[in-house]
Amino acid sequence: MRGNHIVAESAVRAGCRFYFGYPITPQNEIPEYMAERLSKVEGGVFIQAESEIASIHMLIGASMAGGRAMTSSSGPGISLKQEGISFLAGLELPAVVVNMTRGGPGLGNIAPAQSDYFQATRGGGHGDYRSIVLGPGSGQELADLTYEAFNLADRYRTPVILLGDGMLGQMMEPVELPSEISIKKLPHKDWILTGAKGRPSRFIRSLLLDPNEEEEHNWKLMRKYEKIAREEVRFETFLVDDAKLIVVSFGIAARVAKGAIKRLREEGLRVGLLRPITLWPFPSKAIRDLGRKARHFFVFEMNMGQMVEDVRLALEGGGEVHFYGRPGGIVLTPLEVSRAISSYYFQRKLR
Amino acid sequence: MRKVFSRPKSLKRNPFHYCPGCGHSLIHRLIGEVIDEMELQERVIGIPPAGCAVLAYNYFDIDMGEASHGRAAAVATGVKRALPDRVVFTYQGDGDIAAIGTAETIHAAARGENITTIFVNNGVYGMTGGQMAPTTVLGQRTTTSPGGRKEGRDGFPINLSEMLAIAKGSAYIERTALSSPAHVMRTKKAIMKAFRVQMEGRGFSLVEILSPCPTNWKMDPVEALKWIDEGMAAHFPIGVLKEVTGEKKGEKKDAR
Repeated sequence: MRGNHIVAESAVRAGCRFYFGYPITPQNEIPEYMAERLSKVEGGVFIQAESEIASIHMLIGASMAGGRAMTSSSGPGISLKQEGISFLAGLELPAVVVNMTRGGPGLGNIAPAQSDYFQATRGGGHGDYRSIVLGPGSGQELADLTYEAFNLADRYRTPVILLGDGMLGQMMEPVELPSEISIKKLPHKDWILTGAKGRPSRFIRSLLLDPNEEEEHNWKLMRKYEKIAREEVRFETFLVDDAKLIVVSFGIAARVAKGAIKRLREEGLRVGLLRPITLWPFPSKAIRDLGRKARHFFVFEMNMGQMVEDVRLALEGGGEVHFYGRPGGIVLTPLEVSRAISSYYFQRKLR
Repeated sequence: MRKVFSRPKSLKRNPFHYCPGCGHSLIHRLIGEVIDEMELQERVIGIPPAGCAVLAYNYFDIDMGEASHGRAAAVATGVKRALPDRVVFTYQGDGDIAAIGTAETIHAAARGENITTIFVNNGVYGMTGGQMAPTTVLGQRTTTSPGGRKEGRDGFPINLSEMLAIAKGSAYIERTALSSPAHVMRTKKAIMKAFRVQMEGRGFSLVEILSPCPTNWKMDPVEALKWIDEGMAAHFPIGVLKEVTGEKKGEKKDAR
């Protein structure tokens, strides 16, 4: 199944009944699939909006009314959605936003890239907030993490960003899809807008003119983010126990890195991989712990060096960090990455 | 003793913060009366804008959800599609709807979204201090059109309601004013009609209300009312701009 179709089908199986989108390559298969699929589901709503801005605000409306809702886009379109993502955070609304990242800045190109890591993990929109950011690395993870994204969004009343890339979106892989949940069994939401029938009226807002109120709201959000950071960190390790060099890589780049590491292990190089699955919250502690044994870190990203800053922050100077990246939509082979890793390995005399 | 005049049930007991002579409090009251009379308090959802009416949820005792500047029609679309049997309305000023939110509004109308928009046109950006709006008329002085709006420098005002009337999906568009008791009563009737059009599933409905802003117009309230008739209505003629009668568009409502 194609990656973009996996995301769309998993979303529906997770109870997503509202999809609002706008065409942009390389994610067009998501709206196309949703247009067909949601027309066959009870209560399913698909709208091709007039803009990315409109689509994210339709998402806000559907979320206010209690629905599980999703939008998807890529680079330039995600930039336009930032206003809405900030509002989702401020209004404390659950929603899922998919970014099948392409090369940038500007229009860039439509080839796979990881250049939107900063935008996704640093908030992207205005104000003091965080979004949960998931970095799938395979077709199966597209299925599992899309499904999980809706649960996380509802549990914490916060936007969840699925940060894929053009390659994951286009790649065909066998996948075991999650089973379809029953919407009626989802936890009751006691804050949504339904018309004030038999209860006091509600309002959902992010405007808090009194600085004391806004500060209180910021602290409330902060406590939520701290809880997420405590409880939701996910990562994968591969051959790290005896490793002298740890490769840190996420998403499709980690898949390439894994191939490179297998190759290097055959040559006797003690190299392991740490792959963050949650990009925020970032697995800082896991990296710090690994840093006590392996002093050397090799960060490989398909950009000019973004996640590498989080690795450095995690190590707090406690390790040596080398960055290797290829931006612009270049996808390297495992052989090319293995050469880069081994050259660093020997340069540092780790053998 | 019979009570003949009281605060509408769907308004909270909070005193309005609006300036003396401002139209917002009157329009809030008219909407409140309509909600009461149509018995909609338990099934209506309002979307307030950014602008002077940003605090509308302090006054309406109904479910309300905040939209960012200009996006109310998109937010209302999401709410309405999720809850098709509720009555959903947006409350927007001229800057909100006719500048930053033009695309959202026109496309909501073109889709025939079953929502109602209350468009308060006072020709200025009120909350930010009286800057030129898309509806500031030629010659009108604002803080960003010193010496009066000039077409060569500032362009022409936009007649958004006329544009919306052209959209195939709009069902009812009327422009009213608050300049006299008769016009106020006409406004209330128009709001009621717009809600009814929505409840009948006919498509997009909008009431544009020419409303005074004495503070930013630098007039006293009486002069401001006079200026609605003499200054604004010449550019924004009052009356029904569109009304689609007959069968409701049944098929569209099922389309998702």
